[in-house]
Amino acid sequence: MPRMMRNYEKSKDFKGSIKRLLSNLKPWRVFLSVALLLAMTSAILALISPNKLSDLTDLITGGITPNINEETVTKIMSDPNISNEDKIKFQQVLSNATKDENNFLVELDTLPKPIYDEIKPKMDIEGVKRLALLLAIFYIASAIFSYIQTFILSTISNKFAKSLRTRISDKINILPLSYFDNHETGDVLSRITNDVDTISMHLNQSLSVMVTSLTLFIGSIIMMFYTNYIMAITAIVASLLGFAFMGLILRKSQKYFTARQVELGNLNGHIEEIYAGHNVVKAYNGEEEASQEFDNLNNKLFTCNRKSQFLSGLMQPIMGFVGNFGYVAVCIVGALLTMNDIISFGVIVAFMIYVRLFTNPLSQMAQALTFLQSTAAASERVFELLDENEMPNEDSFENYLDAKKVKGAIEFKHVKFSYDKRKPIIKDFNAKIKPGQKIAIVGPTGAGKTTMVNLLMKFYDIDDGDILIDGVSTKKLTRENIHDLFIMVLQDTWLFDGTVRDNLKFNNTELSDEDIFKACKTVGVSHFIRTLSGGLNAKLTDSDSISQGQKQLMTIARGMLKDAPFLILDEATSNVDTRTEELVQKAMDKLTVGRTSFIIAHRLSTIRNADLILVMQEGNIVEQGTHDELLEKNGFYANLYNSQFEK
Amino acid sequence: MFQLFRKLNYKDLICVVICVALVAFQVWLDLKLPDYMSEITRLVQTSGSKMSDILTQGMYMLLCAFGSLISAIIVGYFASLISSSFSRTLRKEIFEKVEEFGMEEIKKFSTSSLITRTTNDVTQVEMLIGMGLQMLIRAPIMAVWAISKIINKSLEWSALTGAGVVILLSTVITLMIIVLPRFKIVQRLIDRINAVTGENLTGIRVIRAFNAEAFQEKRFEEVNDKLTRTQLFNQRCFAILNPIMNLVMHFLTLGIYFIGAFLIMKASMLDKITLFGNMVVFSSYGMNVIMSFLMLAMIFMIWPRAQVSAGRINEVLDEKINIVDGYREKGLDGVKGEIEFKNVSFKYPDADEYLLHDISFKVNKGETIAFIGSTGSGKSTLINLVPRFYDVTEGSILIDGVDVKEYKQEALHNKIGYVSQKAFMFTASVKDNVAYGNNGNKKPSLDKIKRAIDIAQATEFVSEMADGLDSHIARGGTNVSGGQKQRLSIARAIARDPEIYIFDDSFSALDYKTDSILRKELKKNMKDATIMIVAQRIGTILNADKIVVLDEGRCVGIGTHKELLKNCEVYKEIALSQLSKEELENA
Repeated sequence: MPRMMRNYEKSKDFKGSIKRLLSNLKPWRVFLSVALLLAMTSAILALISPNKLSDLTDLITGGITPNINEETVTKIMSDPNISNEDKIKFQQVLSNATKDENNFLVELDTLPKPIYDEIKPKMDIEGVKRLALLLAIFYIASAIFSYIQTFILSTISNKFAKSLRTRISDKINILPLSYFDNHETGDVLSRITNDVDTISMHLNQSLSVMVTSLTLFIGSIIMMFYTNYIMAITAIVASLLGFAFMGLILRKSQKYFTARQVELGNLNGHIEEIYAGHNVVKAYNGEEEASQEFDNLNNKLFTCNRKSQFLSGLMQPIMGFVGNFGYVAVCIVGALLTMNDIISFGVIVAFMIYVRLFTNPLSQMAQALTFLQSTAAASERVFELLDENEMPNEDSFENYLDAKKVKGAIEFKHVKFSYDKRKPIIKDFNAKIKPGQKIAIVGPTGAGKTTMVNLLMKFYDIDDGDILIDGVSTKKLTRENIHDLFIMVLQDTWLFDGTVRDNLKFNNTELSDEDIFKACKTVGVSHFIRTLSGGLNAKLTDSDSISQGQKQLMTIARGMLKDAPFLILDEATSNVDTRTEELVQKAMDKLTVGRTSFIIAHRLSTIRNADLILVMQEGNIVEQGTHDELLEKNGFYANLYNSQFEK
Repeated sequence: MFQLFRKLNYKDLICVVICVALVAFQVWLDLKLPDYMSEITRLVQTSGSKMSDILTQGMYMLLCAFGSLISAIIVGYFASLISSSFSRTLRKEIFEKVEEFGMEEIKKFSTSSLITRTTNDVTQVEMLIGMGLQMLIRAPIMAVWAISKIINKSLEWSALTGAGVVILLSTVITLMIIVLPRFKIVQRLIDRINAVTGENLTGIRVIRAFNAEAFQEKRFEEVNDKLTRTQLFNQRCFAILNPIMNLVMHFLTLGIYFIGAFLIMKASMLDKITLFGNMVVFSSYGMNVIMSFLMLAMIFMIWPRAQVSAGRINEVLDEKINIVDGYREKGLDGVKGEIEFKNVSFKYPDADEYLLHDISFKVNKGETIAFIGSTGSGKSTLINLVPRFYDVTEGSILIDGVDVKEYKQEALHNKIGYVSQKAFMFTASVKDNVAYGNNGNKKPSLDKIKRAIDIAQATEFVSEMADGLDSHIARGGTNVSGGQKQRLSIARAIARDPEIYIFDDSFSALDYKTDSILRKELKKNMKDATIMIVAQRIGTILNADKIVVLDEGRCVGIGTHKELLKNCEVYKEIALSQLSKEELENA
């Protein structure tokens, strides 16, 4: 049901969004038109069938009243085949007609056959059969049409939703990383599930409802005016009066619905906070404070909830009343007109049905419109993501460095970089790194050590200057090529929900199990994998059976399997017990052998043994040199290093 | 479900009774309506009837319709009142129950599940009540009343109506059987889509570094395809319901007329008119019967979902809370800031293995005690026993000479300034976050708050925030960094002015420099307070008066840094993994 609650968002540009949405449906336009045509046909059938039903009623009514009029009476009286005795009896019965109607009808049944045959009510039973058959065909056809129509529309909307999801998922891969640094994961997730879902659900429903209702609505207006304009105006005015009233309520309830959503959100937020911070609340005796706030929010929600429920519950009864009101109005005006011989009785019967056909689609259209509103709002969010600037296309790049032949030299030349153009972070960075050297990146938490990773991997483009790999500018190399040259092992042990084998191989499908085990052995995780039930086939779900340390070892093994001349390594090993930590560190050391390595260093031994230390603070490289050089300099690094031994 | 209904008070019950009466009245009016309708039709049809008669009948009909509208409005009012006040009470009860929970109960349910139980599940039940009050009452009354009006009129017609009901209900039931389990699958697949996309987003650097975009796209497409197919199947199945419903209703009317035509033809003159009247009545009441059964079917569609929700709510409300409040307000006279662990062992109630074995130590006023050990060694568990987040399984913990179980929880918590592992921020100003809670005294003064922030090394960044102390902290503390959050939560403990500080690995997000300054300031300003620190870094605890080394829940060494380096193997191992030999000796 939360799905229904989201429906009350407003879109920024309703028309534009719907237009764009529809233009996206172009590939299905043939099916779409068929579906809408079917919807229209089934609406037209709905418009005609009441007429036929009233015809059927007329035929049946024709079979009730006895056939006694001047014509039949003279015919009987002058019929030579009927005996005089019978004729007298007939006249006697006739003369009693006005005295007691029931008795008269009973007596009619006792009349001799020849007379009875003449006066008995003649029901056109063949006509009844014909009309009933026609109606049955109408109904069945209408049902089939409407099924085919929903079948097509739900197929289209689901395929469309699928294509939207694919487009978003593909888009994720071509968006620059800066997008993800500025947007929350939850936000993107909600677009791919909630918003796409809203679009497919509501597009499906509201499109067919719109077409059907519009056809019914216009059709009934045309039929009404065609039949009689005075009656038509009566019916429309009566219904519109009711609807004006309803619109008033709708607007008011809308307000409470929005308020209800807001209050619900507030209350949820509070509950989430208090539950998540349960131990803090407890330890600080904050229960009472929390309860007071909760009561306050809970009461607010109660008020909006009650009002919105009440008002929305009014719709149905008011609709019913409007229908009845229109009915009475039509009957009264109709009767007036009939008495003045302006219209026939059949017109009234037809109008009684038109009134209903006219009022129903109006409220359905109102409903469909709110659905379309939320569809528009959702599609805006989806399109917003799809319209984001992509990374520049690199298809035309001709330079290519083969990972197997690259020596591993890298040079930074006057590199300037900023996340935000107003705040330059790296102002002028120069360094020349020889193949096989180890570079330690150090600095306090939050100093922007990942910036280096972003630049090396070309996740972000530099503002000015150049980075050269074996003398080739990275500006002239595709991102894909650069990524091939690097092994990257970061602190967050990213593994996906799949088998151990899939996780280790990843996209490198040519690897054999032997290769994998060889790498695992070097890393020291092969024994652990063999102990898993299923070995390489064991599933890595979010279970606790695999510790953080083992995960880290696996990501190192995955890196090992890649074999590239450069290495980016984050040494941090949080949440790992001491023994595993030793194992991880050994594995990391093995990984650096023979590679030009950039190490986000946490171990002093790494730092001390590095060929070059880059000291970072607030995103900038503030100092560089070897351990001894930097200590001698007695600057930021020396301060940082000494601080942990201070008393 | 019925257990929850008992929560309705007598006022609610009176409202329910009124609702039932009004609904019955409404049904009576609604069934009366067609009588006037056919009367008006008859009058219009008969030549010579007077205009005033039509007007009178029209008035009656409108009166009926209006009466029905009014009673519907009143019922709607009561229904919304009952259901929303019911949900309000329910939410409050759950919330207060959860507030009483200890960590054990929270862990058992998980935070996210408790949140859904307090919000979504309550909404489910509320919906059932709101709808139930209108439909559940109306449907049976309508069905019985309508059936009673048409029963004995004609066997053929009744059979036809019965057939209609059977067809409709069996369609609904078949659909439920086929589609309902698949709805659960859809839910699972949506979770999968979320999971795979989530993976793509969190691992975006890794994926790009491996050029594995296409590989991930393939994985996504598999789930996407499955989801689309299942959803399509569901919707295609469900699409059949509407046409069948319409078909049944139309064929019911048509059938009644068709059968009626033959019945009338065969009947005697006298019966013809009555039969015709019956036919008209039957066609409208038959429709009512079918509609009421449909309404009942709808109730049964939401009932199971609400039932599941009700069960989940009851689980929370019925949960027995393991931590029993004590009675003491104070510790022994003249003793302050003293903590003693006496042979403490701990295991989770449903677990077989002990997490802590036989741990004993004593800390005096003004001392600092530190706990170190690898992950899973039981450091955090141990420290969480002090504020009674859990209760010890064996042994006892004394604070100021009194077992923690004997204290009123509030009094116990007043002695403690606790800083959790994961710094937690409330959606409030910086000031309110620091002044959070209640320590039995008045709220801390502005000066005190400022001092606390100062000691916690947070003054600099707080003053850089837009509104200084009044700056708003966003939900989840997303507008401050991890290190800043930790410093603010430390300030929160300081502002409380407790006898005992508990730092559960609270310095991990701070850089070495800030860490060391902060600890120095703490020591300087809080001479009398006893401090318990859990830490990962050797640097953080070097200067503690006592260091407790834990390994797999056992205490393998107690002493100062220097002592432990000499005689504790585990401690040495940890120390050497972080610092080199000469660094350790220099320290």
